[in-house]
Amino acid sequence: MAEPAGLTMVQALNAALARAMSEDERVLVLGEDVGVDGGVFRVTDGLLDRFGAERVRDTPLAETAIAGLSVGVAAQGFRPVAEIQFMGFIYSAVDQLVSHASRLRWRTRGRLTCPLVIRAPYGGGIHAIEHHSESTEAMFAHVPGLRVVIPSSPARAYGLLLAAIRDPDPVLFLEPKRIYRTAREDVPDSGAAAPLDSCFPLREGADLTLVTWGAMISETLAAAEQLAADGVSADVLDVATLSPLDMTTILRSVEKTGRCVIVHEAALTGGFGAEIAARLAEHGLLSLRAPVKRVTGYDTVMPLPRLEHLYMPSTERVLAAAREVLAFS
Amino acid sequence: MVVAVTTVASFDVAYTGYLDTSGHPKQALPAFARDREALVSLYRAMVLTRAFDAKAIALQRTGRLGTYPSCLGQEAVAVGLGAAMAPDDVLLPYAREQGAQLLRGVTPTELFLYWGGDERGSDFGGPREDFPICVPVASQAPHAVGVALAFRLRGEPRVAVCVMGDGATSKGDFYEALNVAGAWRLPAVFVVTNNQWAISLPRSAQTAATTLAQKAIAAGFSGEQVDGNDVVAVRDVVHRALTGARGGAGPHLVEAVTYRLSDHTTADNASRYRDDEAVGRHWREDAIARLRAYLTAAHGWTKDDEEATLAACASDVERAADEYLATPPQPPEAVFDYLYEHVPADLAGQRAAAIEARGAAARSADG
Repeated sequence: MAEPAGLTMVQALNAALARAMSEDERVLVLGEDVGVDGGVFRVTDGLLDRFGAERVRDTPLAETAIAGLSVGVAAQGFRPVAEIQFMGFIYSAVDQLVSHASRLRWRTRGRLTCPLVIRAPYGGGIHAIEHHSESTEAMFAHVPGLRVVIPSSPARAYGLLLAAIRDPDPVLFLEPKRIYRTAREDVPDSGAAAPLDSCFPLREGADLTLVTWGAMISETLAAAEQLAADGVSADVLDVATLSPLDMTTILRSVEKTGRCVIVHEAALTGGFGAEIAARLAEHGLLSLRAPVKRVTGYDTVMPLPRLEHLYMPSTERVLAAAREVLAFS
Repeated sequence: MVVAVTTVASFDVAYTGYLDTSGHPKQALPAFARDREALVSLYRAMVLTRAFDAKAIALQRTGRLGTYPSCLGQEAVAVGLGAAMAPDDVLLPYAREQGAQLLRGVTPTELFLYWGGDERGSDFGGPREDFPICVPVASQAPHAVGVALAFRLRGEPRVAVCVMGDGATSKGDFYEALNVAGAWRLPAVFVVTNNQWAISLPRSAQTAATTLAQKAIAAGFSGEQVDGNDVVAVRDVVHRALTGARGGAGPHLVEAVTYRLSDHTTADNASRYRDDEAVGRHWREDAIARLRAYLTAAHGWTKDDEEATLAACASDVERAADEYLATPPQPPEAVFDYLYEHVPADLAGQRAAAIEARGAAARSADG
């Protein structure tokens, strides 16, 4: 059977890694099962054969060591792309990201730098076991010096991963695994990076701004489509880089629409939507014609698969929030 | 019933010392130590380290330096390992390796700057690839694995030297780093400065292991102990470990057994958890007095030599302290300009506000 046209996000990420490795010898891929096995999601499939075991390294099962040795090898001028197998296992690596990767340049006044990428599949919706469905991006967006980048489509994944690898500073690259294989897109292997620190407008509208990132793009765009049927047009923004945040684009949109709903899968309290809402209050209050609403996961532990659909924001919840905001005044 | 078993593995841990506590050789000294000048330079480095340490504490006590961790009593470990390293090896130090840092070309002014609260103290003019002091205990151990991996990938005969205290060997970072270094046979040497105290927790309460050196054995490579108050022994054992690692023999762990004569830091009061009598006993093992005794007996070290050395070290330290105290603080934009290669647009507003706030404060002070 012929392969369907276009690439999935997994294939696009794989193409970006291969591209980066072939154009820059300093790029290394390392992590648990990334070599012979090609990664548990196959993102690194084939790289070992193509680039060899020195540059594609299966590490022992040790997240602190993976992140920490990435800091060391990056300080020596290499560009490690390390995989943490699931975001739920990243917490052992937090000390390395917070205490070292994000501040090595700063601590040494630029003498040593840390051009590393930590990739981690994140988010729910694939009926995974415990600790495999978390969305804790806000924890990392709180860390100065650490870029937090989240793609939302195969093409964006290709361009943003290339940009992350070429960036001279550390990037946490969170991959929404729910949409790893759900969509295909034409992704030319052009070597062109997508811009970091920039929101991507996904849909133009005048009545309402919907702000989201990662897998929640699907529900948000579906809601925008249904709103359009009601004669309401929504601006949909993909934040893509949570930190540093492109607030300019969000503010410009809200100045136009006067209404904003923020959608994310992570828990409500202290979620990254809170930061965007706070900045809208600080810098866009006079443009707002309704309170900012957030549609998010609940302030609970991520449920196991039988209840996870309750936790994840649905198109209906996005629609309800949008209608509430539209009806405010 | 007697169960028949076979021994599948067995290990031993060596201990090396050359000079006894009075400075008498217990065995023939290694070749390098037969040279008077080599010994004098080790001696001078230890004296300089102690002079730096005393000045740092004096500055802290008079409000001119931040909290400072003294290395009093441990000078031989840092100086011995620093002297053993090649210039293009990379040092990944904990906070009490002043002696190694000074030997490798970090200036006393830079050390004062760092402990005085200025990041420029970690922008070493000398060893450009050495890591800054690592404060979160043991978290530099995985960095050494990465540095050693870089050497391996480039085929360079260099070694990553990671130094940490006894307390660090209780942490997972330490085990993970040793494990990967062993699995990949990387050119990394881990030096554990066992000064017997993790702040208030004595060595005996940290682990049931007989030695800290044996923790390397679980990671598949050897560890050994050395008398950490015998600079000749430290220099010799670390140098052999480095030669092995450089030649492809893989990682090695050296546990340097010494004693922290000082408080943990200037913010600590060790009398809360240990008695002076024990500290006094350990003063009798002092590395500096030991080498001085040997130099006097074997190489005619005189009172004049001693006084000249003390004076030269004191003068170096005073000059550095003056230079540190005369260094103006960094401008406000320094807070923003080193976080990323380029200041992100999102940070530009905060940067401008900080510069403006500083300007306003200066204007109000002038007014």
